[in-house]
Amino acid sequence: MQNFAEAFTLAFDLMLSADDDLLEIIGLSLRVSLMAMAISTLIGLPIGAVIGMSRFRGRGATIILLNALMGLPPVVVGLCVYLMLSRAGPMGWMGLLYTPTAMIIAQSILITPIIAALSRQVIEDLHNEYAEQFRSLCVPPGSAIAALLWDARYGLLTVALAGFGRAVAEVGAVIIVGGNIEHLTRVMTTAIALETSKGDLALALALGIVLLSIALLVNAAVMGLRMTATRFSYA
Amino acid sequence: MYRTSVLKAGIAVAVTVMTLSAPTLAADSIIVQSTTSTQNSGLYKHLLPVFKKKTGIQVNVVAVGTGQAIKNAQNCDGDVLLVHAKASEEKFVKVGYGVKRSDLMYNDFIIVGPPADPAKVGGMKNAAGALKKIAAANALFASRSDNSGTHKKEVRLWKAASVDLKNASGKWYRETGSGMGATLNAGVGMGAYVMTDRATWISYKNKGDYKIQVQGDKNLFNQYGVILVNPKKCPAVKQATGQKFIDWLVSDEGQKTIGDYKLGGKQLFFPNAKKGQS
Repeated sequence: MQNFAEAFTLAFDLMLSADDDLLEIIGLSLRVSLMAMAISTLIGLPIGAVIGMSRFRGRGATIILLNALMGLPPVVVGLCVYLMLSRAGPMGWMGLLYTPTAMIIAQSILITPIIAALSRQVIEDLHNEYAEQFRSLCVPPGSAIAALLWDARYGLLTVALAGFGRAVAEVGAVIIVGGNIEHLTRVMTTAIALETSKGDLALALALGIVLLSIALLVNAAVMGLRMTATRFSYA
Repeated sequence: MYRTSVLKAGIAVAVTVMTLSAPTLAADSIIVQSTTSTQNSGLYKHLLPVFKKKTGIQVNVVAVGTGQAIKNAQNCDGDVLLVHAKASEEKFVKVGYGVKRSDLMYNDFIIVGPPADPAKVGGMKNAAGALKKIAAANALFASRSDNSGTHKKEVRLWKAASVDLKNASGKWYRETGSGMGATLNAGVGMGAYVMTDRATWISYKNKGDYKIQVQGDKNLFNQYGVILVNPKKCPAVKQATGQKFIDWLVSDEGQKTIGDYKLGGKQLFFPNAKKGQS
């Protein structure tokens, strides 16, 4: 139990001291996971929107598959990306293994299904509400999608945040494809894993508290953005 | 109106994200596939800045178990291999993945356990004998079982003690399937004996009331070796830079730097490269 008290003091000290190494690790965590979130949103959102709005054969099966893929184990994703990017693998010539880019790729694969599946649900619910209006006004599909995406924007923002949360918290994928190299590919979660393996449980826990605080800040920033936007829209 | 402000904010965020200090692979850098003990004990933090200052070469360390390090090197995902399982290293060179193996340094393995010492092995020197007693007492033993250098050594010692582990697995013999640190955490947590290298143990911070119970057997000798990955098998290997690192490690200066590394007044690694071997 002593570890917990020690961890909180240590976490506080760490955040106050703004140690260079720590800032570097936090910066990389944010860069990798925000990029992964952006890429996954670009890919997952249209997929989710199309499936949410359309009726086609095998739709039910597609949705089940998409929902199941939300449970992709990070370590399996990491392993697959490693095998692809390894020098011995098909994409080895690109020399991407053990770079932040490899980590972004792995996390994007991990969270694209989450963003696609959740946004499919959000869009579908809204579409059920709007469908009759779209039909009666003969709204072309393109405009309908745009209207749905815009009106569902806050729900979709939460979807993106869920993706970010999953990305920034996972360790299984980035430790394999990033290699946890100091000053190159070490992020918050791999640093926590390393300190745990050194038996420095207090420091590991302190880093966990720092990570949680960062996630809190990111979510607060998004919430702030949303509130500002809402205020403007009614002004 | 607010649409454009949201858009602008979005662009600003995107640009910040992309330009956030992005460390990329420096031109003069190599990747070392390594065992974990050299990283967890802090040796690299002591060693690499000295080498970088002298040569400007950035050494990027991927610390995994010896088994995985060798696998990764066979996939050409590294320039230099630094591990501690001599038989596997020699095989690695023999089948053409490595250019040449050089002895680098040594320390020793120890068996740590709870102070209650349920198998009464405290103070024993004979490692195989101690393992035999642990088995006879059905005392808990946590094994890494991850094909690492430490695990390979442990398996050889169990063989020497002629203990059959098949029936014991899951009972008193606990196979954690994870790294040294994780296995120590598990062992200390459940009160099991654990075999570890001395460097990891000295730097390990979650010892609790654990003590070294068995040490001093010459069979517990732990030799580290270093190998350049063969450019003939792996054309992407940075041969000159990798060789420079190895040459420095086995040079008088590199060897002295290794020997100088101490934690709590204790030397962790003992350099023993042969003169003119690289």
